[in-house]
This record gives sequence, C-alpha cells and structure tokens, in this order.
Amino acid sequence: MKRRSFLGLMGAAGAGLAVPASARAGVKDFRGFLETPGVLFDGTRCIGCRKCELACNQVNNLPEPEVPFDNLEILDSRRRTDASTFTVVNKFETANGPVYRKNQCNHCLEPACASSCFVAAFRKNTDSAVDYDDSVCVGCRYCMIACPFEIPTYEYHKVLTPRVMKCTLCGPQMRAGELRLPGCVEICPVEAMIYGPRNELINLANRRFKQFPGRYVERIYGEHEMGGTSWMYISGTPFRQVGLREDLGTKSAPELTAGALAAVPVVVAVWPVLLGGIYAINKRKEKIAAQEQKQAVAAAVAKTKEEAEEKLATSLSKAEEAANRRVDNEVKKAVKEALAKKEEELKAADASKPDEEEGK
Amino acid sequence: MSTETSTDFKSYLTPFNIVTGLIIIAGLIVTVIRFTGGLGAVTNLDDNYPWGIWISFDLLCGVALAAGGYTTAAACYVFGFKKYQSAVRPAVLTAFLGYALVVLALHYDVGRPWRLPYPIFVQQGTTSLLFEVGLCVFLYLTVLFLEFLPTLFEWKGWKKLRDVLVKMTLVLVIFGVVLSTLHQSSLGALYTIAPSKLHPLWYSAYLPVFFFVSSIAAGLSMVIFEGTLSHKYLHRMMDSEYNRNHNDVILGFAKGCSWVLFGYFALKMIGLTYDNNWHYLATGFGVWFLVELLGFVALPAFLFAVGARDNNFPLIKWTAILTVLGIVLNRFNVSLVAFNYHLPSEDRYFPHIMEIIISVFIVTVGIVAFRFISTRMPVFFEHPDYKGQH
Ligand code: SF4
Ligand code: SF4
Repeated sequence: MKRRSFLGLMGAAGAGLAVPASARAGVKDFRGFLETPGVLFDGTRCIGCRKCELACNQVNNLPEPEVPFDNLEILDSRRRTDASTFTVVNKFETANGPVYRKNQCNHCLEPACASSCFVAAFRKNTDSAVDYDDSVCVGCRYCMIACPFEIPTYEYHKVLTPRVMKCTLCGPQMRAGELRLPGCVEICPVEAMIYGPRNELINLANRRFKQFPGRYVERIYGEHEMGGTSWMYISGTPFRQVGLREDLGTKSAPELTAGALAAVPVVVAVWPVLLGGIYAINKRKEKIAAQEQKQAVAAAVAKTKEEAEEKLATSLSKAEEAANRRVDNEVKKAVKEALAKKEEELKAADASKPDEEEGK
Repeated sequence: MSTETSTDFKSYLTPFNIVTGLIIIAGLIVTVIRFTGGLGAVTNLDDNYPWGIWISFDLLCGVALAAGGYTTAAACYVFGFKKYQSAVRPAVLTAFLGYALVVLALHYDVGRPWRLPYPIFVQQGTTSLLFEVGLCVFLYLTVLFLEFLPTLFEWKGWKKLRDVLVKMTLVLVIFGVVLSTLHQSSLGALYTIAPSKLHPLWYSAYLPVFFFVSSIAAGLSMVIFEGTLSHKYLHRMMDSEYNRNHNDVILGFAKGCSWVLFGYFALKMIGLTYDNNWHYLATGFGVWFLVELLGFVALPAFLFAVGARDNNFPLIKWTAILTVLGIVLNRFNVSLVAFNYHLPSEDRYFPHIMEIIISVFIVTVGIVAFRFISTRMPVFFEHPDYKGQH
C-alpha cells in the first residue's frame, strides 16, 4: 500500500466530517479539527520536480504556463502563487545543498481569508478545504491583505468577472468523486506529501522525528501557526530558510480581530447614553441659566416697581402735607383777618358810645 | 450676438476652471480605461499589494479628513458649544461630499463595483471588520445626507420638510457620532488581522484607538483649514454671523486639537511600551516612525497650544495644515510604507500615474461640488427666512 494517504483511517475521520459548522465558532476549546483531513509535506523528500504543479494545473483546468513544467531552471527564481498558478515549488540553497518547498493555500483551521471577507465568500468545509464562492465576491481583496501566507491572488486583467484564485485542496473534485486524493498528493513520485486525518499526520511526523534522529527540525509547521492549518510541513532546515515565517504566532485571525469586534456593541450601547447624558446636562445647565436669568429679571422689575411706588407714595404724602399746610395757613390768615376786622368794628362802636351817655 | 457668446465663453476660462477642466477630462479618460480594461490596465496593484493609493488615500485619508462633520456637530449640539454653530453647516457639507467621494472611489477599486451593496443586502460577513466599515459608511452617509438636507430645503423653500428634519438634529448627531466612532476605528482595526505584514512599530492591538483619536484631530484641523480656505475664496457668501464666530471657532478648535494630539501622542507611547518595541527605534523604520511621531504629532500639539494662547491665527492655520499632512502620512505609513515591510524592494508597490490621476480627479470633483453648493445654498450664512432657528 502506498503511504501517501491514510485513506484506511478515513473511516475514523467520518466523525470529523460530521462536525457541525457551529461548533467551529468557539475558537478556544474546539478539538474537532484533529479528525479532519490534512496534508503533511516532508521537505526532506521533495526533489523539486514540479510534477505537483503540473497536476494542479490539469486538475483545475488552468492556462498553460509560460515556462513548461519540465523546465526546472525556473526554480532558480523565487515565485509566488498567482491567478493561474495555485501551487509553486521554490528552491532554497542551504549549506547541505538545495532544499525544495511547495507552497499553496494552507487551508487554515480558522482562515484569515474567511474571517476577513465581508460577504462571507469563503467557507471552511468539513473536509478541510477552504472554499471560495465567486458568485458573491465583490473584489475588495481584503482576503489577500489578511492571509498571513500570501496565498490568494486576483485576476487583475479581467474586466467584468475578476475572481480571487487559490488552491481548493481539490475539494470540489473530491466531493464529486472525480478524485480520491488532491492532485498534487496523488502525482508526487517520492511521496513528499501524505493526506489523512490531521491528528494521524501529527503522530506520523513525530514518529519520523524519532525514526530519523537529527534529520528534522523537530517541529511541525502549521500545527499551531495562526491557530493551526490543515496543511502542515516538516523540514530538515529551519522553516525560516525555506520561506516559512516563524513569527506568525499562534493566535488565529478571529482572535486577532475579536477585540475590535467586541468593541462594537459597547460603542453602540454606551455612546448614545453617554452623549445623550452630556446633552441633557448641557440642556439643563442652559435651562437653569435661563431660569435664573428670568428670576433675576423678575426680581429686578419687582424692585424697581416697589421703589417707584414708594417714591410716589412719599411724594404724594409730601404734596398732601404741603397742601394741608397751605390750607391751614389760608384758614389761619382768614381767621386772623376776620378777627382783626371784628376788633376794628368793636373799636368804632366804642367811640360812638360816650355820645349816648351825654344825652342822658 | 457672436461677440456676446465669445465674451461669455471667455469669462469661464479662469485659471481655476481650466485646471479643473483638464483634470476632469484626464479623469474621465482613465475612467474609461479602468472600466474597459480592468484593474490591471490602470494600476500597479499585484498579488502582494492588493491595496494601493486608492485605499490609502481615497478611503483611509478620505474618511479621516471628513471627520470634521461629526466632531463639529458633536461639539455644537451635544457638548453645547453654541458658538460653533456657524461651522456646522460647512463641516457637514464637507463630510457628506467626502463620504460620497469615498464611495465613488471604491467603485474604481473593487473588482465588481455593482456588487458593493452585496455585503449589506445579499450575504453578510459579520466576522469581517470591513463589513463594519461598509455598514457604518453606508449608514453614516445617509445620516449626513439627512443632516445636510435642511440646507437644500431652505434653498428650495420647502419649509415643512425642513422643520421636520431640524427637529431630528440631535438624534442624527448622536447616531452620526456612534457610526463615526465605529468606522473610524475599524479602519485601523482592518490591519489588526495582519500582524505579520505590518511593521511592529505601526502594528498594535490599539490600532483602532489610534485611528479613532487621530480622526478627531484630523476633523478639527480640517475645519480650521477649510474655514481658512473658504474664508479666502468664498468670503462673499458669508454673513456677519459666520464671520463674527469664525475666530472663536478657530481658537476653540486649535485648543481642542492640541489636547487631542497630546493625548494621541501619549497613547502612541503607551502602545510602544506595551509592545516593547523601543529597540526598533534605532532602525531605518524607527527613524521614520520618529519623524511621524515627533514632527507630525508632538510638534503640532505644541504649536496649536501656543497659537491658541497667543491668538496667533497664522500659526494656527499652518499647524492645521501640518496636522492634516501628519494624518495623511500616518495612513500612508500603515497601509503602504510599513505594510509588507518584509518584501524586497523590487517587489514593493509604487502607484501608477493613472491611479494618481483618479485620486486627483476625485478630489477635484469634490471641490467643484463644494463650490457649486456653497455658492448657492445657505451654507455659510443663515437663510433670511430661518434666522436664529437652527
Ligand atoms: S492560507 Fe490563506 S488563503 Fe489559505 S486558508 Fe489560510 S488564510 Fe485562507
Ligand atoms: S475579494 Fe472577494 S473573497 Fe476576498 S474578501 Fe473581498 S469579497 Fe471576500
């Protein structure tokens, strides 16, 4: 039996395939991925023959490449995936001679492309393949920004129907029963790749580390990187030297953005209350100020009125007094005059009296 | 008869009109190429740089610089700084046009622009920060439109409609602040998903906070900057009320902006310490980081404070320009300069001339629209029928 697949074990993987999608939502404690299929790439085996590139091209009906697949000189230049190439093999010169590494979508367990897409065009399938649906894609290319492995590519020259292009893990073909294994895994002449349940692949890698002491950097790239990937690598040279970044960390994309997303409901709930409160306080201040002003005005008006009344009253009473005094004086004067007149009359009467007395 | 038409024609040939005319023609030509040849025909975008200056300038800077709308409206209506009333209308108009142009620019950038409503109406990618940006920008554009409508209705004389909208002002303003907080910060949060691509000096879990706080500074500075420009070129449209408050607004905003910039500076330092990135300061990127932080954050913070203290208007105006440039620099650093910093220089992106033409074209369309509206509608003056009402 060829070792390139753990198909015999796939019965056990059925449990993994049946994992409900919702279970994937909880990032932290979910272990279901252990059972889902993946691919292990062994860098100590790859010979850089580009057969996997050829198979990928045929399986996916991609256009003929500029440089034919049997030309190995192209390995001297660094290449990345592009819209018509879902996988590339790169050559890395090391002290112990050239080392080759295949590059393609790693089908992350918590894919950055999926969590970044604002129309949810990507989907992590139960068969591990990260699918892309071009019938909803807007072409914003945020998925390309987000992918830490620089995998998704874009059809920049298509006018009406540009698509994001990337390896599909041959998911569509395998689901349709056209393929038993991903094209690249199937064709590899040296069995540099093995397809099977992810936990089995991890066990296998650890067995190889034991079996060939000193041959490997004893770590599995992709076991934890960015939350783990379905496609994993083992290598005889430090991963950094074969173009695999070791500074990615173990946080998955959803974990990286969780903080910012969690802030949304907080802002939506707190801001209106806070701003409304500030507004109310200001309004109240204004209202109180307005009221105080009103009261002050009223008080001022009342005061002036009172003062005016008082003034009026005093002047009135003063005027009355004056008038009274004047009347008094007039009366007194009149009385005086009258008295004086009476006295004169009396005097006149006294003067004529002796005559009456003589005539007696 | 013929002489009349020729003089008419001549009067349109002002330097302003000639330059804008040429830009608009160039823009239209590139537009045709873009929509008949695809993105590849007019841009230098590639698989490593899916986002170029259309995102950096038109979206990131555009949205930050249009922040004058929510900051001014909040200052006036929520915080009760009534003397800033006269600045609200121009700021809201600028913000509305700014956002409308951001959306226009996105039509050039995305692969299938006719699907732009998809994330809202067809299938929602709610785990995406871009979804948050899209939804908020869509809603906020609507809010800004409603905030602007009274101006239009006054111009048209539709009193009833206008009064209904004016009654809703406070609700709209609060809604606008919430939406702005969300999308200003989520523009920064877009990049939190790519820690391996953004240089550590710019990558931070605080990116959303940085973007939000700096957008306030951007908004305040833009109000000062545009106020100055409009003052110069649209003076004839302004009533005495606007002019009387103009200086007050500028002094108040300068003071506010100084505080915000100091706060932003402190936050950046906290971020630097929290991520323990001090050792990067000795590298080339570190020098560039310090240029941004000291020259375009600390310096304007200080200059605004001095300007506001001394009532030094020219200083304030120049500082506003410095701050605006600083925001642009920051957005460029995050999205272009420090992005993909690990790539060899031959793989790095530089915008194609046609990309630049489109960006200039879009800004020009904005200026023409602003001029058109503010020379006709009651933006800088109170409509005589509605004195002291809004
Ligand atoms: S490698 Fe990139 S494209 Fe592939 S699943 Fe992960 S994030 Fe998506
Ligand atoms: S380019 Fe398409 S698939 Fe990628 S994030 Fe945007 S809408 Fe989603």
